[in-house]
Amino acid sequence: MDARAAAYAIGLGDDALVLGQRLTEWCGKAPFLEEDLALANTALDYIGRARFFYQAAGVNTGRSEDEIAFGRDAREFTNHLIYELPRGDFAFTMARQFLIDAFMVPFLDALSTSRDEQLAGIAAKAVKESRYHLRRSGDWMVRLGDGTDESRQRTIAALDTLAGYVDELFEMDSLEAELATDGIGVDRARLKDAWQRTVARVLEDATLPQLATGWNVSGGRRGIHTEHLGHMLSELQFVQRAYPGLQW
Amino acid sequence: MVSAARRIELVPAEETERRARRDCSKEPELWALLDAVTDPEIPVLSLWDLGVLQNIERVGHRILVTLTPTYSGCPALVTMQEDIRARFAEAGLTDVDIVQVLSPAWSSQWLSQAAREKLTAYGIAPPGDERCPHCGSSNTHRVAEFGSTACKAMWRCDDCLEPFDQFKAI
Repeated sequence: MDARAAAYAIGLGDDALVLGQRLTEWCGKAPFLEEDLALANTALDYIGRARFFYQAAGVNTGRSEDEIAFGRDAREFTNHLIYELPRGDFAFTMARQFLIDAFMVPFLDALSTSRDEQLAGIAAKAVKESRYHLRRSGDWMVRLGDGTDESRQRTIAALDTLAGYVDELFEMDSLEAELATDGIGVDRARLKDAWQRTVARVLEDATLPQLATGWNVSGGRRGIHTEHLGHMLSELQFVQRAYPGLQW
Repeated sequence: MVSAARRIELVPAEETERRARRDCSKEPELWALLDAVTDPEIPVLSLWDLGVLQNIERVGHRILVTLTPTYSGCPALVTMQEDIRARFAEAGLTDVDIVQVLSPAWSSQWLSQAAREKLTAYGIAPPGDERCPHCGSSNTHRVAEFGSTACKAMWRCDDCLEPFDQFKAI
């Protein structure tokens, strides 16, 4: 894996690690036991992906997966902003998960044909998990949207907040554009139609209003983050910051 | 309803290749040794039954074991590696390397008919099988998409009322 592909893998690993960490925050606090297990298992899938991406990137750069995860400050993280938003209430967590799952399925499907064998291998494995995640998060959108007044209002509020963060998922920076041309990376812009179809269908089933558009923010791939990422990293990285190089 | 005995086993190509690697191996005793190493969370299935054990080779004087994880975040993989080293060490073999591969991506379709039967006898419904492993009833429903481990979902039997795990089909 060359330096460009390694930078690309770190971005994808950051997306996975940051969302995985947000999901782990529910451990022991979810509304009921089955959901506690489901959120923790989904988190494990994401943290596993982050490890694969970091390991693939580390072979080139000589850095261990721990150094990549725990040794960088917020400005060096290149995850998209939607992943770092605080977990919010259960409706917010599931609405974000649904929007991301609906993106991950076509994204990973496309990445599984990458000319880079490591990226293709990670994606071929992860897409199976994301298809499973999407079934669950889509079901939850219907239960919450078509549920009680309160679940419906909370879900609408969550989608309203998230609407401004989804465009970034389809943005291409110069590195990604170059890698897409070379058949290594994915052209995200091409995935938007498939994503919109999935989202529109499920929101309709859930009797929820379609996503409002009109505003959006971005910057994650350039290291420009919301204030929330630094707080999250202070917890995620605490042990390695206090005891650098500590091994389990 | 198709009974378990009459189920037609469709073996994916990558699983046929995995079985051929074992059948054509010059080191059958090494494979046999690792038949004693089981999934730490499903102790009736060996790593071979589960499809996690992909290959065993001798490279010079060292033994090279190739594993593939079931799920990206499966925490059992570390224990599996320790158990493999311990099993070889019991046989006096300590020059062991273990590598992890992601391709081909693990599939629950790699479980053999024998493995599926072992799961049922242990109280876990095999992938795609919605019958209660306790009483055999088909009157069951899924309680949750995820269960006690990454590879299982939670189900309940509406006849005998017992909860049970189902091995996720992926």
